[in-house]
Amino acid sequence: MAATTSPSTAAAAAWAFAAATCVKILLVPTYRSTDFDVHRYWLALTHALPARQWYTDASSEWTLDYPPFFASFSRLLSVPAPLVDASLVSLPVPAAPPFAHLLYLRLTVAFSDLLLLASALLLARDARRRRRPFLALALVLWSPALLAVDHVHFQYNGFLMGLLLLSLHFLEQGRDLAGGIVFAALLCSKHLFLVAAPVYFVYLFRHYCCGRGVVRGLGRLLLMGAGVAAVFAAAFAPFVYYGQMQQLFNRLFPFGRGLCHAYWAPNFWVFYIILDKILAFLLRRLGFNILIPEASFTGGIVGDSSPFAVLPKVTPIATFLLVILAMTPCLIKSFSNPQPKHIVRWVSYACTCGFMFGWHVHEKASLHFIIPLALLAMDSLDNARHYFLLSIVSCYSLFPLLFENQEYPIKVLLLLTYATLMWVGFSSHFAVKSVHEGKKANQSSSTVKKDGFIGWIGLSYLLGIAAIELWSRVFHRHVFGDRLPFLPLIMVSFSCGIGMIYSWMWQLVWIVRYT
Amino acid sequence: MAKQRKPRAPAPDPAAAARLPWHPAAPPVPTALLISLAALLVRVLVSLGPYSGQGAAPKFGDYEAQRHWMELTLHLPSSDWYRNTSDNDLAYWGLDYPPLSAYQSLLHGRIVNAALPDAVALRSSRGFESPESKLLMRWTVLSSDLLVLFPAALWFVWAYMKDGIGVNGEERREGWTWLLAMVLINPCLVLIDHGHFQYNCISLGLTLGAIAGVLSRNEFVAAVLFSLAINHKQMSLYFAPAFFSHLLGKCLKRKYPIIEVMKLASVVLGTFALVWWPYLHSHEAALQVISRLAPFERGIYEDYVANFWCSTSVIIKWKGLFAIKTLKLMSLSATILAFLPSFVQQVKSPSNLGFLYSLMNSSFSFYLFSYQVHEKSILLPLLPASLLALKEPQLYGWFVYFALFSMYPLICRDQLLLQYIAVLGLFFLLYYSPGGSHGKRLNIPHGTKVVLSLPFLCSLFLHIAYLQIEPPKRYPFLFDALIIFICFLQFFILTLYTNYKQWMLDTHSRSIGVKKDL
Repeated sequence: MAATTSPSTAAAAAWAFAAATCVKILLVPTYRSTDFDVHRYWLALTHALPARQWYTDASSEWTLDYPPFFASFSRLLSVPAPLVDASLVSLPVPAAPPFAHLLYLRLTVAFSDLLLLASALLLARDARRRRRPFLALALVLWSPALLAVDHVHFQYNGFLMGLLLLSLHFLEQGRDLAGGIVFAALLCSKHLFLVAAPVYFVYLFRHYCCGRGVVRGLGRLLLMGAGVAAVFAAAFAPFVYYGQMQQLFNRLFPFGRGLCHAYWAPNFWVFYIILDKILAFLLRRLGFNILIPEASFTGGIVGDSSPFAVLPKVTPIATFLLVILAMTPCLIKSFSNPQPKHIVRWVSYACTCGFMFGWHVHEKASLHFIIPLALLAMDSLDNARHYFLLSIVSCYSLFPLLFENQEYPIKVLLLLTYATLMWVGFSSHFAVKSVHEGKKANQSSSTVKKDGFIGWIGLSYLLGIAAIELWSRVFHRHVFGDRLPFLPLIMVSFSCGIGMIYSWMWQLVWIVRYT
Repeated sequence: MAKQRKPRAPAPDPAAAARLPWHPAAPPVPTALLISLAALLVRVLVSLGPYSGQGAAPKFGDYEAQRHWMELTLHLPSSDWYRNTSDNDLAYWGLDYPPLSAYQSLLHGRIVNAALPDAVALRSSRGFESPESKLLMRWTVLSSDLLVLFPAALWFVWAYMKDGIGVNGEERREGWTWLLAMVLINPCLVLIDHGHFQYNCISLGLTLGAIAGVLSRNEFVAAVLFSLAINHKQMSLYFAPAFFSHLLGKCLKRKYPIIEVMKLASVVLGTFALVWWPYLHSHEAALQVISRLAPFERGIYEDYVANFWCSTSVIIKWKGLFAIKTLKLMSLSATILAFLPSFVQQVKSPSNLGFLYSLMNSSFSFYLFSYQVHEKSILLPLLPASLLALKEPQLYGWFVYFALFSMYPLICRDQLLLQYIAVLGLFFLLYYSPGGSHGKRLNIPHGTKVVLSLPFLCSLFLHIAYLQIEPPKRYPFLFDALIIFICFLQFFILTLYTNYKQWMLDTHSRSIGVKKDL
């Protein structure tokens, strides 16, 4: 009985997924955002109406604004629905859905996560066909951010991340055509992943098409082009045929929105806005006549007028250029030396850039890079430290999404459990590793002991975040009463923004130095 | 259920095997923290579900009982808690637990009163239900669990591992995380406390603390904690024969047995006196409380419980055949007969492992044969079974499954089916956690397997039948009766087995002793 039979990583990952599924079932009665109504309506819409009316129906305020593959995915999930309750998929959807509807939709999310499991199982071997540690997969499957956004707030990110990871798996294993096609399918499911397209394009062009002679290269270029085009055609051709492309485009890219979402995602623009406020305040003190802008960020709704008092107005084009600029080092690296073993890092970095500098970024977009980065977390102690900090910060930045009292202990415990899991897992992993590697690694493990796992700067930063949480939960009400209701949110955005900037720079430095 | 040890497999190929984060070399303190956090998370998640009697006016359920007790203890003087007065209608969820429970209600009542006075206002708050009050009440259970059961479990696992009870060094190094998870994530306890709504975590936590005290030779602490447990829920008396016999046996082995016994007795009496202080001024007041604690008029069993009396009542109508007085006598003698062997063994040769077995045997004898048993009382024998999980993994897995199954009708009434499925799934995932060696190494002959799988298949069928098939009109409780009958059979066989094991310990250790002498 003492002999421990170590399971294969795949079996352990399946086990981890099953445990996560039990937690997902327990999360069924929790709070859900309006996204639940959105997806409920889409389920009924795609089931009740033919594709011709998907993008024109306006019987609900939650119009379909995802690309066609996601609509088809919704259609697929609605197939067994009439067995449960016919009113689940009939329009108009009931205003107050019964528990059976909630259960059905929650279970479709848990079910669609199977794609994430499949990708994780494929990713059990890395680019060099070595075994990935179990914890790297468990960090993906047990991600508290994913649980909070998908299984409480209500979205289908698990499925989308599954597609992204599947594509990354194919690229890692050198099956570029398959990787490209899966990525195209992902773009046709959720267009926000467009931000990773430049890296994909450069990498695939160099790794798949170049270096094999002109004829073969051209042939491969054509093959890849044809494959990707076929995917896009499958998604969009019906709507071209219906003559709805303009309508579809307007739905997918609503440019009327402002720079920041109602709750500021912790990115570069938070600092830009705060700097603007500070400058305006200082200049007014110095006697300059600074007009207070009509549109305010804290109001959540941003119109056309510039919300900035001093700094120049930010336009979508500017943010686009900034994203490309931030991505350039990574593009150069993937152009000069395209290697499958770095593709996960490059794609994650591209998503990070989109998050840091993009236009109207949602806080949920941080999922797009923390999930793939989890796969790399066990590569080295530095990676582990970076991921430890990043995952805590990004999960904490999602806290305002679940704002009700009932979910408060859940989100805190999810984060604490995950952080403790990383603490236990990383320290035992690198302790075992240092035993195996002997003397040289002993020195690094002794530095671990000396500085603590994340060093005193990281530790004080995390304690600062804990203090901010305590402040906004307990003391803010005592000090300010009902005034300044947005201050806690701004503090969360600001403090998480620091961590995000750090992570972005850390990734940039790593890519420049090691890839 | 004999286990056969497989010869140790050659060291697994490190390239093909996954190393789990909590396996050895993991730092112990963060690992214990990880398991505790996960256990707390499961409790919080279960507490999202409905509670017993939610929206079921006018009688409601255990949730309303607890809320009502908070209301009473908060607004009435302690002398009126157990008396029928104009403000305290004993027919409506009158207080029927010992004073420590009442003090706990008072404490929690004060907390709820500070946040939401309407929820515990005298008289006007009857049947008070709101999302906030549900949250507050849930948090009182969660905090009690965290403050009582969790530290007790950690102390127990520490004491158990330090002593290495019935396990070798390798198992100790690897098994403690699994044992801690098994004790903390006990699906029955989680569902009853955080789903159905009760405070078993306090009395069981105090008992667990007392057990840890015995294992680490802090007998006075153990005596205090166990006395407190009895004073929180009188059902803790199910364990009393085990504690009494073990401590008596130990004292008898010492130099001045009588003085040792006196010391322990004075500790116990002192604790009782402290808890009962408000009721000790008159004979009458104390008797009034005691009469509330022993409700003999409620019959020999309540609802459908998988014990001897209820299961055999299909054939022998106990309630019709005998008067209450006779039944009391019968159940008393049956209970005593049932725990006597384990009692004698512990007096004769007290040992830590024997103590754990005897806890299970004595609590089982009460569950199966005593008067007025609830289906929830299965939590009591389940506690020592979870403590024996490393020693008897198969037994524990089997027991948990059927204990949960015996509460299935209750769970369905409370509409906690979703939580039932999830927690049962989670428990067995942990039970068969990859890399763990528990519950796998069982070489049972084919014939036995068929026999063992029979009740299992029956239970699977009954799970579905209970929800989907309308029972025949003549027997509206056909499925309930079948469920408890199957569970009773399992429990009966389990306790025969544990009694046998406890007695075999003696001969086993004697044979080892003989070998040593040679």
